[in-house]
Amino acid sequence: MSENAVDPDRRRFLTGTASVIGGIGAGLAAIPFVATFQPSARAKAIGAPVEADISQLEPGGRLIFKWRGKPVWVVRRTPEQLAALESLDGVLRDPASSESLQPEFAANPWRSEKPEYLVLVGICTHLGCSPNFFPSTDAEGMGSDWQGGFYCPCHGSKFDLSGRVYAGVPAPTNMEVPPYHYVDDTHLVIGELEEGAA
Amino acid sequence: MNKLITALALWAAASLVFAAGGHGPEKLDANVNLGNKTSLQRGARLFVNYCLSCHSAQYMRYNRMAADLGLSDDVVKENLMFASDKVGDTMTIAMKPEDAEQWFGVAPPDLSVIARSRGADWLYSFLNGFYLDEKRPTGVNNLYFPDTAMPHVLAELQGLQVKHEGDAHGDGHGGHGGPVLELESPGKLSPGEYRQATRDLVAFLVYMGEPAKLVRYRIGFWVIAFLLVLLVAAYLMKREYWKDVH
Amino acid sequence: MNMITKGLVGLRDWVDDRFPLMQLWNDHMGQYYAPKNFNFWYYFGVLSLVVLVIQLVTGIWLVMNYKPDANLAFGSVEYIMRDVDWGWLIRYMHSTGASAFFVVVYLHMFRGLLYGSYKKPRELIWILGMFIYLSLMAEAFFGYLLPWGQMSYWGAQVIISLFGAIPWVGDTLSLWIRGDYVVSDITLNRFFSFHVIALPFAIVGLVALHIIALHEVGSNNPDGVEIKKNKGPDGKPLDGIPFHPYYTVKDSVGVIVFLILFAAVVFFAPEMGGYFLEHNNFVPADPLKTPEHIAPVWYFTPFYSVLRANTVDFFGVPGKLWGVIFMGLATMLFFALPWLDRSPVKSIRYRGTLYKSALTIFVVSFLILGYLGLLPPTPGRTAVAQVCTILYFLFFFLMPIYTKLDKTKPVPERVTG
Repeated sequence: MSENAVDPDRRRFLTGTASVIGGIGAGLAAIPFVATFQPSARAKAIGAPVEADISQLEPGGRLIFKWRGKPVWVVRRTPEQLAALESLDGVLRDPASSESLQPEFAANPWRSEKPEYLVLVGICTHLGCSPNFFPSTDAEGMGSDWQGGFYCPCHGSKFDLSGRVYAGVPAPTNMEVPPYHYVDDTHLVIGELEEGAA
Repeated sequence: MNKLITALALWAAASLVFAAGGHGPEKLDANVNLGNKTSLQRGARLFVNYCLSCHSAQYMRYNRMAADLGLSDDVVKENLMFASDKVGDTMTIAMKPEDAEQWFGVAPPDLSVIARSRGADWLYSFLNGFYLDEKRPTGVNNLYFPDTAMPHVLAELQGLQVKHEGDAHGDGHGGHGGPVLELESPGKLSPGEYRQATRDLVAFLVYMGEPAKLVRYRIGFWVIAFLLVLLVAAYLMKREYWKDVH
Repeated sequence: MNMITKGLVGLRDWVDDRFPLMQLWNDHMGQYYAPKNFNFWYYFGVLSLVVLVIQLVTGIWLVMNYKPDANLAFGSVEYIMRDVDWGWLIRYMHSTGASAFFVVVYLHMFRGLLYGSYKKPRELIWILGMFIYLSLMAEAFFGYLLPWGQMSYWGAQVIISLFGAIPWVGDTLSLWIRGDYVVSDITLNRFFSFHVIALPFAIVGLVALHIIALHEVGSNNPDGVEIKKNKGPDGKPLDGIPFHPYYTVKDSVGVIVFLILFAAVVFFAPEMGGYFLEHNNFVPADPLKTPEHIAPVWYFTPFYSVLRANTVDFFGVPGKLWGVIFMGLATMLFFALPWLDRSPVKSIRYRGTLYKSALTIFVVSFLILGYLGLLPPTPGRTAVAQVCTILYFLFFFLMPIYTKLDKTKPVPERVTG
């Protein structure tokens, strides 16, 4: 009876085909389960861009806003502080911000759109603590070459007033500059590069 | 024995049919079409203009609605958002439930999933079922929800109806021999336009009850198509192995 | 043999030296001899297992976003349905899976009645199966409260109040189950704990025992012939075939057909006309307002009808308590089946008219009771339910008599195709 003759090749082929299609099916079925781990619509809504009013910000001062649950700092730098930034290249790890995260317009020594205003995600790039703000040059324990900046209390990472990391500290890169744009001279939107782009 | 079973089954069936039978007038057929995006958009506009001041839809996000209805966030922001300014927000209202209870006697229910609890036909009938009734504090009553606390918010569109009892030849809203509603003073819309407007509104409510409904039929089709291919492969494999079994 | 195969075989042997891997495989798959004449009804065991896996996996994912809190539960379900990517699919798989579980388990149990699968030497398999069924009912009942809709709430309220019918301790007992004077947040929390931890553990454990017991005595078959009685010279049953590959490939076909039907419901009719997801459960729980008509989910309705059927007090016991007793008895009587059935044959193929008629009447009564349980009671319906309840019980109580009197046909030596 030819019907009962076992053809090992045919059997192997059919088993292989069914297994491959079944495997693809299992893979496709996994997609929804993996996708549920993405931020939900609610998380996205809560993490939506925030508008920041900086009209009250004095030169040398700092305001803190919350975006996506993280602190975002807006620092208004004095002309002296801005001038001092130029002199620090020698002690910084990445002075040109070539290995750090920032929008294109902020890949400059002051790391901002308008030199006067620095916008920074206030999270240390080492292990996620929020550094302290030490703006004055005579801050205690920061050394004689301190030109003002941020100091992370967790593991001692130091950043200048542009959020650029010093050499020889644990943090690997400069602090992150979030996407933002100005609505007018005293209002900016943190979280999107231009209107409706988030 | 078999006769007994048959008799029993018949008796059971008969008593069930006899005991069945609806309450109230026969509902109208909403006949909504979720595939019609412009109908959904018109419904959304009616919803935010007429419903969203008293009723919330606290699980529905504006930007989800924008994406599903083929509108841009800006269009929604300018035309459909009065209670909020963030497109990621849900459709909440400023009115407190306690205040609402004071004013209406009951707090207007959240409408997010109203189409899933009430059904499209009931909503459509309800929106078409208002008639003048002096005994009610709102001045109107409803054929499908007697003594409803809700005023006839859409009266400016529909106009006002009056109820005539027991029209034996009735082909009006009430169905066979039931009460019939007749338009007394017309509103901004013709009766046909009003029916279409309420149909749009109900379509939007149905969409809002389950936004996934817009995609699940399409995905389901592909899932089943894939499984049919897999079935053929598995069946051929099974037949091959079972050649061994005599 | 290439390197990878060599490596895998090496790993297998390494494990096998330390763990009975190959022995387990052979005992349960490769060398487990199953009768070659399984028919349609023999798919439902493996399908129950498939549904169990679906429920466990989707359940784990739902817990990631569900909130067992009276103020948040309803909203968190809608959050899953809307805000979580693909959440609607996972929720519908779980809600459809609940009903699918009972569909396949009822059909699996019916298979047992058709072919006498509970009879000696498989009494323990049947009893373990009944424990699975009871755990499943509890699992479904606890889970049904979690969406915190009106039906969830009032369904739980009614069922817990049943315990109030027990004399002396009843009220204390229902209060203890709820942990509050009404069903409340604390009830929701403990039901959640039972639903996601305690009962899944119990069910998985019982399923393992059920299968171990089955593989010890071997599977029954549509002829009710013990295949172990006819062994070939190699010691293998002549009518048996190794479970793997023959039944693994056959069951895959059945599983895929099931998945097609399952997907059809999940994607095209997840509410199933209000039977799988009830309309009133889209209204948040309101302790001050009972819905006009409440009925349990369809898989409980036969027992719910039995509960409601009795309306009279007798032997000094109130009618409500009799209802509870009858409902309890209606589920527990299944445990006694192996000893109530006195027939010399297992399979319906060789039974006489008496058993065939009795089984038909039983199934019809069960279905009518199930249908009536969905509807509000009227005097007419209650009368039908009473007749069906009596027929339901007579199936069990008269079983020793009619199975003894029944004219059975001779059972063949070997399975028949």
